[in-house]
Amino acid sequence: MNVALGRRIMWATAAPLAALLFAVAMSSIVLVISGSDPLAAYGDMIAHARKLETMIDILNRATPLYIAGVAVAIAFRMNLFNIGVEGQYLLAALVAAHVGGLISLPAALHVAVILLVAMSVGAAYSGLAGVLKVTRGINEVISTIMLNAIAISGLGAWLVREWQASGSIEPGSATRVGTTPIDESGLIGDLNGVLEVFTRDIKQGKSLTGVLVLALLVGVGYHVLVNRTRFGFDLRASGINPFAARAGGVPPKRMIVTAMVLSGAVAGLVGVAEVMNVGFFPSNPIRGLGFIGIAVALLGRNNPLGIGVAALIFAFLDVSSGVLQFTGAASREIVVIMQGVIILAAVVAYEVTRRAREREEARSAAAALAGSPA
Amino acid sequence: MRRFAELPAWARWALYAALGVLLLTIVQGFDDTNRLTAASSSQAMLRWGMPILLAGLGGLFAERAGIVNIGLEGMMILGTWFGAWGALNYGAWAGLLLGIAGGALGGLIHAIATISFGVDHVISGVAVNILAPGATRFLSSEIFTGYDGGSITQSPRVPGVGHITVPVLASGPDLLGDVMRADVFFFSDVAGLTRGLATQLSLVTLIALLLVPFTAWLLWRTRFGLRLRVCGERPEAGESQGINVYRYKYVAVVISGGFAGLAGAFIVSPELSGIYLEGQTTGRGFIGLAALILGNWRPSGILIGALLFGYPFGVGLRDLDGAASHSLLLVNAIALVGVAVWAHRRGQRTSTILAVVLSGLAAMWYLVAEEVPDWWTDILPYVIVLVVLVFFTQRLRPPAAAGRPYRKGEA
Repeated sequence: MNVALGRRIMWATAAPLAALLFAVAMSSIVLVISGSDPLAAYGDMIAHARKLETMIDILNRATPLYIAGVAVAIAFRMNLFNIGVEGQYLLAALVAAHVGGLISLPAALHVAVILLVAMSVGAAYSGLAGVLKVTRGINEVISTIMLNAIAISGLGAWLVREWQASGSIEPGSATRVGTTPIDESGLIGDLNGVLEVFTRDIKQGKSLTGVLVLALLVGVGYHVLVNRTRFGFDLRASGINPFAARAGGVPPKRMIVTAMVLSGAVAGLVGVAEVMNVGFFPSNPIRGLGFIGIAVALLGRNNPLGIGVAALIFAFLDVSSGVLQFTGAASREIVVIMQGVIILAAVVAYEVTRRAREREEARSAAAALAGSPA
Repeated sequence: MRRFAELPAWARWALYAALGVLLLTIVQGFDDTNRLTAASSSQAMLRWGMPILLAGLGGLFAERAGIVNIGLEGMMILGTWFGAWGALNYGAWAGLLLGIAGGALGGLIHAIATISFGVDHVISGVAVNILAPGATRFLSSEIFTGYDGGSITQSPRVPGVGHITVPVLASGPDLLGDVMRADVFFFSDVAGLTRGLATQLSLVTLIALLLVPFTAWLLWRTRFGLRLRVCGERPEAGESQGINVYRYKYVAVVISGGFAGLAGAFIVSPELSGIYLEGQTTGRGFIGLAALILGNWRPSGILIGALLFGYPFGVGLRDLDGAASHSLLLVNAIALVGVAVWAHRRGQRTSTILAVVLSGLAAMWYLVAEEVPDWWTDILPYVIVLVVLVFFTQRLRPPAAAGRPYRKGEA
């Protein structure tokens, strides 16, 4: 039993570790060619990441990445490719922030309304792709790509302009423009108080986002749903073998729409992190979280813990590379290459180990058969 | 009706085009604008359509060989950077070649992952799309920041290749110009649109247009093309005939990347931007994919799709008062009525009702709104694709093995 578990863990971690090492090696080669010292650059980054304030930044960055990763993973579990997380989260955050800015309610209720609106918008927009798939046979990859473009350059751009609060939010800073600010009651507070129980005082005006708790809840919910419920079993079964699942009484069409709706509902929460942080939906929000979410889900192999590790790795690279601007050890853009290589190397490594494992299983099965009387 | 179907393809398409121009001419009269059939509109349509066309042709090569290429966008981004870098250092033509090389490099990465390692095509494509902007950003930070007028997000001005204006038609005697200025209903509109296509035609545009018949010839009239298409329909059959399926797939995907790279180099060229700017592809690789689907995986279809998608951009570009975009709404409504009639004659009740409802919504919007916001022309290509997919998915025929993993020796 222990040996089998050990083997499983080895198979599960060998591939991502190999991918990480490969990415570091490739980045080092690029850095040497461009005349920088890779060791100095990595040293600076790690030293920077050991500061409490940097760690907070990393967690703040990892929070939306994790939620995006889970959103993609839910669809992945059923062999659906939700490329539309990008459009879903931007649209959902925009509408939720607008609604949140219009109403005033008691604290808990206000937050709940904002979250509910965000999830509903994300679910509806993603569900549309699911409905198009089951009623019209349109591949969800294509439809979500088109829906992304419509949400981002059409609906989103238009609504931001329509709903933009008049004038600048903070006097003297023109960049802080967006929807009507949400009352204090609608915002999730920061976790500085909790964190400072364990650590020293937080400086530089940093604050650990309270949405982190929401992300953890999403992760636990995902784990329970997929691994501990009838629905999760149907979902995984449909993903592995849709024909067998159908023969077992799982309605494939309903599963597709449900998976897309759930994926979109979680995607709707991705942008909430930023809305809760700044208090409104800015006219130039953080973009690209949906696409990095795909990378995070792939690297984390759709596993709730794995996605968390992957989100932390990507967030570490994003945040700690900022120090390179000041130390001058290398160009900070090297981490973007590193992220790209990690993800390519990881998917290749997973494919290679998957086949190696299949061969090993076939061999051990053959050996077991040969040992028993025919 | 049967007589019409017996006409040769070019004649049918010419009739469709004439019908379309007639529709545009009539519709724009209601809005008191002439921008729908202005020479500047067709000229802009051509320029905006070319990157979409090239990306679509790139997608065609890959998918005809059985490899889905979502990474076109990333390969296009590589094309923009290498195109700009090449043009700045070695001249405009070298820029195009290096743009092709940059895109082909992206194609090679996609080929290695999908063909040699059997990674899911969509996943590998997404990875290329993440890697490419990172790579170009790093390259910009290393190289463009050292140039006068360059920075981490942009390059200095990029030189371009020459132009030609078709003699007799658009210069010299300028016959089309005469007809255009005569202001005769419909005929002047056709002349205006055609003149826009014949004036100041960039040599790159000409090459891109010639690549359409070249692709059709290469894929459907040569042994190479037949073998390549076998790899996209039934690779096992090709394998049994002694075709090296992996090699054909590799060549196809690298060509695919090269086309996307040329599309990127075109965007950088003075035809559209004259400068490398981070994020300037704005999803046009994906629109190329859309043109591929709309064109039913055929070169001429892709050209029509690319022009159709380039047209709203071309109209929207100079449409400051929104009158022409407003007219486009009515065109959309009328086109949807056509779809409804088509669906009704085939006895597809749901489709008919859906088309009528959508058409009604477009017509209602046309009547209620005085003008249409600028974002409508931005998203129109994507909306058209979704509508086309909703009504015609069953009529489209993608290569049978596109997206399917293929391993040698499993036949």
